[in-house]
Amino acid sequence: INAEYMGTPSECLFFFEMTLKALVSIKRVIDYTVKVRVRPDKLGVIKDNVKHSCNPFDEIAVEQAVRMKEKKLVGEIVAVSIGGPKSVEVLRGSALALGVDRAIHVKLPTDNDDVESLAVAKILHKIAEKEKPDVILTGKQAIDDDSCAVPQMLAGLLGWSQATFISELEVSGKTAKICRETDAGMQRLEVSLPSVISCDLRLNEPRYAKLPEIMKAKKKPLQEITADSLGVSTQPKIQILEVADPPTRAAGRKVKTVEELITKLKTEAKVI
Amino acid sequence: MKVARSLLGKALVVVEHNNAKVSPATLAAVTAASKLGEVTALVAGKGSKSVVDEISKIQGIAKVLAVDSAEYEHGLPENFAPLVKKVQDENKFTHIVAAHTTFGKGVLPRAAALLDTQSVSDVIGVKDENTFLRSTYAGNALASVKSSQALNILSVRPTSFDKAAQGGSASVAQVAATGESGLTKWLADEVDTSGKPDLTSARVVVSGGRGLKAPENFKLLYSLADKIGNCAVGATRAVVDAGFVSNDLQVGQTGKIVAPELYIAVGLSGAIQHLAGMKDSKVIACINTDPEAPIFSVSDYGLEGDLFDAVPKLIAGL
Repeated sequence: INAEYMGTPSECLFFFEMTLKALVSIKRVIDYTVKVRVRPDKLGVIKDNVKHSCNPFDEIAVEQAVRMKEKKLVGEIVAVSIGGPKSVEVLRGSALALGVDRAIHVKLPTDNDDVESLAVAKILHKIAEKEKPDVILTGKQAIDDDSCAVPQMLAGLLGWSQATFISELEVSGKTAKICRETDAGMQRLEVSLPSVISCDLRLNEPRYAKLPEIMKAKKKPLQEITADSLGVSTQPKIQILEVADPPTRAAGRKVKTVEELITKLKTEAKVI
Repeated sequence: MKVARSLLGKALVVVEHNNAKVSPATLAAVTAASKLGEVTALVAGKGSKSVVDEISKIQGIAKVLAVDSAEYEHGLPENFAPLVKKVQDENKFTHIVAAHTTFGKGVLPRAAALLDTQSVSDVIGVKDENTFLRSTYAGNALASVKSSQALNILSVRPTSFDKAAQGGSASVAQVAATGESGLTKWLADEVDTSGKPDLTSARVVVSGGRGLKAPENFKLLYSLADKIGNCAVGATRAVVDAGFVSNDLQVGQTGKIVAPELYIAVGLSGAIQHLAGMKDSKVIACINTDPEAPIFSVSDYGLEGDLFDAVPKLIAGL
């Protein structure tokens, strides 16, 4: 708690400035520009020598935490990533280099290892019990698994409010007003803190790391732990039988005029 | 529709609704649940009797569990998840199913955590009671998965299952409310009430991208949609980000997944993430000035041309 004395000669106000602690969870995933290919053994996708980066929605979460810190709403930001050795790259490059204070790497044996959503939520739960954040921010989904489950599961385990798919966030005291994107449009909620917040595309536009911050990031604390040390099993409950390519569409053809398009849609495809 | 009497499973469908009508997406979830065993529907809402009546007449539903209480009025997961847990503890279903929509995504994983279950999201196929097909990597890798859990919690993609038809007659039982969690307060829903066809269930979808150049040009697509009839208008992430249209029009990996009879892509290039949202459409047509645009590679009919010339001609010619 930082106590600040604020006032003009005619006023006397004591402000107890309570800054929040933010925990941000980020994931190293195959870059969104990569055309993903199924492995020959059909048990996964090819990850070796493929460009990886921070999950785009997690970058938005980091950006939001950093902006809240710049506004002095947040005092300390801790980032966590669950992944193989190379996850350190996203912790340094996409978190510490952007203003996050310290990082925790929950290290999996290899970069090909995956952990199911429930186990991820349990790991984050254990870390949250220790770190006691006021807000946990993460992306709304990971673009590799597309499960869209971790934030909701984590909120359930913690018994906290959940603010998912948010496009606006206004924190004030013990609550936050959010706007979230829904199937039908937008929804406005007031969530109590502490809260698990999952970030959607239009919440903010993440900044790029600048060289001085990248250099500083090398010296910021990065702690390495294992899921075992937290008492969480990463043993999967679901077995992957096979990963397959999606059905391919037969090649189409170019039409030369609008008239031809209409004719084809009416008589050939019979959809109009 | 065949009732799966030979299956030993008992599935609970968490019904999505607006207190007046059952959401069409839930009808797809009912079909998926019917492949797993006897289906019970859970309707929690406020003033939602018409929803209970409607779902009890859907084919495939054997029982309806209903609770009418203020805390369920707006689908808040903090209130729904404990209810799902309680109903599960009391009835021991083998499966809990909902549509993979904002509602399903909010409630099911939270309930799964309370039930210590690894849920399976965005299910596009049910092979048997333990084996499911789901979409990953924006639909570029389809994973066939097998669960060894006694309870399976599935959120299903609405476009992958036919909507269950009317013709059922289920018994209705009341269940006790689990109370207001006090964690979250609903303030407002800002939704489009113009009565336009719903993007995820319209027979035809016309989508626009950056080629539209300005928000007012979307009027062209609305005119085309009106001319076609039962046609919704969609959009790419780029134009939603630019503020041309509201977010609920976004079609794509992290927007809506649609699979209409006909998808007309106008002035959009076809980024991987957009294709993820529409490549299961029965017929795809595109209009684009760039012959190299990726959208041509998934289109059954591609017109290389200026949309500002072609779309008015299309409206006039249909």
